[in-house]
Amino acid sequence: MAKIKVYGHPISTATRLVLCCLHEKKVEYDFVLVELSAGAHKQPQYLALNPFGVLPTIQDGDLTLFESRAIAKYLAKKYEGQGTELLGNSLSEQALVEQWSQVEGQSFNSPASTILFQILFVPMSGGSTDEAAVEMNVEKLKKVLDIYEERLSKSKYLAGDFFSLADLQHLPYLDYLVTDCGKGDLISSRKHVKAWWEDISSRPAWKKATGKTP
Amino acid sequence: LVMAVIKLHGHPISTATAMVLCCLNEKEVEYDFAIVELSAGAHKQPQYLALNPFGVVPTIQDGDLTLFESRAIVKYLAKKYKGQGADLLGNTLAEQALVEQWCEVEGHSFFPPASTILFQTVLRPLRGGTTDEAVVEINIGKLNKVLDIYEERLSKSKYLAGDFFSLADLQHLPWTQYLVTACKKGDLISSRKHVNAWWEDISSR
Repeated sequence: MAKIKVYGHPISTATRLVLCCLHEKKVEYDFVLVELSAGAHKQPQYLALNPFGVLPTIQDGDLTLFESRAIAKYLAKKYEGQGTELLGNSLSEQALVEQWSQVEGQSFNSPASTILFQILFVPMSGGSTDEAAVEMNVEKLKKVLDIYEERLSKSKYLAGDFFSLADLQHLPYLDYLVTDCGKGDLISSRKHVKAWWEDISSRPAWKKATGKTP
Repeated sequence: LVMAVIKLHGHPISTATAMVLCCLNEKEVEYDFAIVELSAGAHKQPQYLALNPFGVVPTIQDGDLTLFESRAIVKYLAKKYKGQGADLLGNTLAEQALVEQWCEVEGHSFFPPASTILFQTVLRPLRGGTTDEAVVEINIGKLNKVLDIYEERLSKSKYLAGDFFSLADLQHLPWTQYLVTACKKGDLISSRKHVNAWWEDISSR
């Protein structure tokens, strides 16, 4: 059986999400580095796999799939019964996983990625951080995290008392915000968010996805 | 014992509410509609925030389950009522994955520029503000790039995920409807042969 092939880059948050999911589900894969600095993701060879020219993309037999959250969902379904269960058991549990996954994608992702882009990637490309944009998005993120704080005071994880894709989807950006952007106070100032973060970020699969364990 | 019908909290002008209404109709599911008076700020009142802490519409109640995020609601309905009405999820694992993929594309690549155009060209003037034409221009540029990719995809596939109508197509209905009508950006669709055919098909369901 051919292994799943992952086209991505180790620094890419979306690639890390997929790698983390592969590790949670204990699935072997081949990693194909897409050299972002060389613009490889915009070359015809890669665009043939993913016309949006972003990372990651996977190939599993005849199936080529992009969008990290869709990839993670596919892996979680295909490998149901092995590794960590990530989808929820009942129809209601699955619905709550979807709900909080959508919250991540629609409310959390945008301010988090803007902050990361401004603080880390803009200076890397020789520009200067737009502090007003950072401030505005920090305020948006605070509002979202206040809601998470309330939710996590009643529930160990976002969708319920089980770790799921909804929590996993938060790992890549939160890790960058806490570790590289100096925004750890957003987490540490919220008691239940902090406990949740410490829990999910210490999972072995996450450490493997970021290369923090060999 | 009478089964309580699903309760939908929303507003007729809300695109996200329209998405859920469309799905309920496709799945032939009965529901009670509870209007959340947006103009009165009802969506920000404690009574509604208790259902949906993000203070946006829609939210559904189905027995003990309270659920928000329109894309999560339609996914839940499509699963719960599998076997009745139109099938919206795909049959094989691979088909379901492609439905998910194009749903994500809608949510992350199509929706942001489309909603910005709607906000600038329709909602802002409605509230007494002025359209920021530069912002509209930038977002039309983004949407053009996305629709070029759709044109290529739809030249090979009748619907986004394959040769079957799915949630991925459904999710595009409310926003595209506004773009074509109130925002007067119908040329974005009509100028692309396969996107146009797809739009005429899905909007006539």
